[in-house]
Amino acid sequence: MLYREAGQYKTNYAADMAVFPILQDRIGIAVILLIAYVAFPLLGSNFLLNSVLIPFLIFALAAIGLNLLTGYTGLLSLGTGGFMGVGAYACLKLTTFFPHVNIIVWIIASGFFSAAVGVLFGLPSLRIKGFYLAVATLAAQFFLEWCFIRIPWLYNNSVSGAIEVPLRTMFGIPITGPTATSVTRYLIVLSIVVAMTWVASNLVHGRIGRMWMSVRDMDLAAELIGIRLLRAKLLAFAVSSFYCGVAGAMMVFLWYGGAEAEVFAIDQSFLVLFMVIIGGLGTLIGSFFGAALIYILPIALRAVPAAFGLPIHPAAAEQLTFVIVGALIIVFLVLEPNGLARLWQIGKQKLRVWPFPY
Amino acid sequence: MDILYKIFVDPFMQMGTSPDLLVQTLWDGLVAGVLYALIALGFVLIFKASGVFNFAQGIMVVFAALTLVGLHERGVPAFVALALTVVVMFALAYGVERLMLRPLVNQSDIILFMATFGLTYFLVGLGQLVFGGNPKVMIASELYLPRGGLEFKALGGFVSLQKIDIAAVIIASIMVAVLAVFFQRTRIGRALRAVADSHQAALSVGISLEQIWVIVWFAAGIVALATGIMWGARSEVSFSLQIIALKALPVLILGGLTSIPGAIVGGLIIGIGEKLGEFYWGPLLGGGIETWFAYVIALGFLVFRPQGLFGEKIIERI
Repeated sequence: MLYREAGQYKTNYAADMAVFPILQDRIGIAVILLIAYVAFPLLGSNFLLNSVLIPFLIFALAAIGLNLLTGYTGLLSLGTGGFMGVGAYACLKLTTFFPHVNIIVWIIASGFFSAAVGVLFGLPSLRIKGFYLAVATLAAQFFLEWCFIRIPWLYNNSVSGAIEVPLRTMFGIPITGPTATSVTRYLIVLSIVVAMTWVASNLVHGRIGRMWMSVRDMDLAAELIGIRLLRAKLLAFAVSSFYCGVAGAMMVFLWYGGAEAEVFAIDQSFLVLFMVIIGGLGTLIGSFFGAALIYILPIALRAVPAAFGLPIHPAAAEQLTFVIVGALIIVFLVLEPNGLARLWQIGKQKLRVWPFPY
Repeated sequence: MDILYKIFVDPFMQMGTSPDLLVQTLWDGLVAGVLYALIALGFVLIFKASGVFNFAQGIMVVFAALTLVGLHERGVPAFVALALTVVVMFALAYGVERLMLRPLVNQSDIILFMATFGLTYFLVGLGQLVFGGNPKVMIASELYLPRGGLEFKALGGFVSLQKIDIAAVIIASIMVAVLAVFFQRTRIGRALRAVADSHQAALSVGISLEQIWVIVWFAAGIVALATGIMWGARSEVSFSLQIIALKALPVLILGGLTSIPGAIVGGLIIGIGEKLGEFYWGPLLGGGIETWFAYVIALGFLVFRPQGLFGEKIIERI
């Protein structure tokens, strides 16, 4: 009843093409941002911020990155974990060399290193497609992982072989390192994710996004209408790796506070790919849905037996989680192959015409 | 100059001066290659007949081996356990067809690919839940697999062969031969090839897709069981085995996703190339290059032949 577009007239093209064409959508997004910026930091517990919201936002950003490549450009990549790692290690090296520059600048800048690596490994995409390309990107994943382990210079020759996040402050407030509070880190992660989502939204709604989508739908036809495939595909690889790199840097600096190379293993790539596909290929909001479902579902499942007081061994609960998540992925794909974003769209459409069926 | 010498001259000098080590490395590569080829074979079977890129092949290997060992641990005689495992693999194939493939028919490739991921998670969890997550010892002697090694003097040194490796090569060859005959000579084999060519055309001449899918997933399950026994007997049965599935992927793209001979030749190239690379060039880079060297070989081939060595030529129409 409340969700109606009746009476909202669009008088120019820009209004018609707006990302949120309906007033209620704009109010909704404002409310969500208000809750995210005010209510969560004030009311949320440390556990909620640290173990749920920060990882959720970081994974959502990585999923957006992969979605730009796989969902919008149609290039399947399994190297996400590796690209995230490049971001994290680049950020560590940058802040080691220039400790006085604000760490947030370096978190963003590390994305450029990731983008460069992404372009390099994206080069085969011009010759090969589909699963062949997916396997080719696995080469990137394994090679980068090997570099993270075998080149001690990357982790500052630390004895443990892990990244140790140094203390960095902004206006005297610690934002990385062990003394940073979860609220500070949460707000920084949130701001970066919101800003980069906004950029991504503008990208995909503009000329570049349309170029990518035409390549996805049929690359030969796209080439015939004058799109340079090499540039379009490499740009997709660059932007996608940039997003993944920033997500990786945030993951280590603002979430874990220290990490080994295993964090960026192949499992991470698969996890992000899951999020993209369950959320919906080629939709930004789907990346958030997917991240929420895939990341928060296991946490919730682990909490279920405890809530009912069932005595389940932690290891058994872990294994049961695997079984349930696996089954749920199949069930979701069977019920809605286009992802959660499609469900969301259908729901909105139903609301609009309620109480009539159509 | 020194580095060039180390890359282009020194390894070949070593090969020339100690041919026994070269032979040993080649043999190790051959055995690894045969096992990669077996996994790749499972992939190819399923990809040909249903167009599904089955990521779960690796975990199917582990699951089959675990079922076999787990049943034997519970007091079932070895060969009865083997038969029961075959039954379990059939049930798995039937379940996959019924619950996963049939509802997802006509979806895009990536969705099916993702569904096999879900299957992987499911099987990992189920396997651990039922049989426990600890590594197990393969019941090699109960299945009359030979143990121990052969050493003989050759080329001015010693070459040692593990008997189990010889058995693996022989069994793999027999398996490939049987599959080839099955595909070329039997009625079901012809139906399989028809489905691989075109689903719709196969349907229109009265071939049941559902039946074919159960058969190929079952065949892939049997291949997985054989691989699991062989690989398990060489090391142990544990969940880390599923990583070898990732090793089989470069084999696949090298040989072509749709070609059985490709899977075998690709497996041998990757296996031998990987061992040679690790042994002669690995120390230059600090070792451990096995994890990505295979992919580099495959990528090198792909640049010149995007469809793999034996894959069908990719023809695109607008």
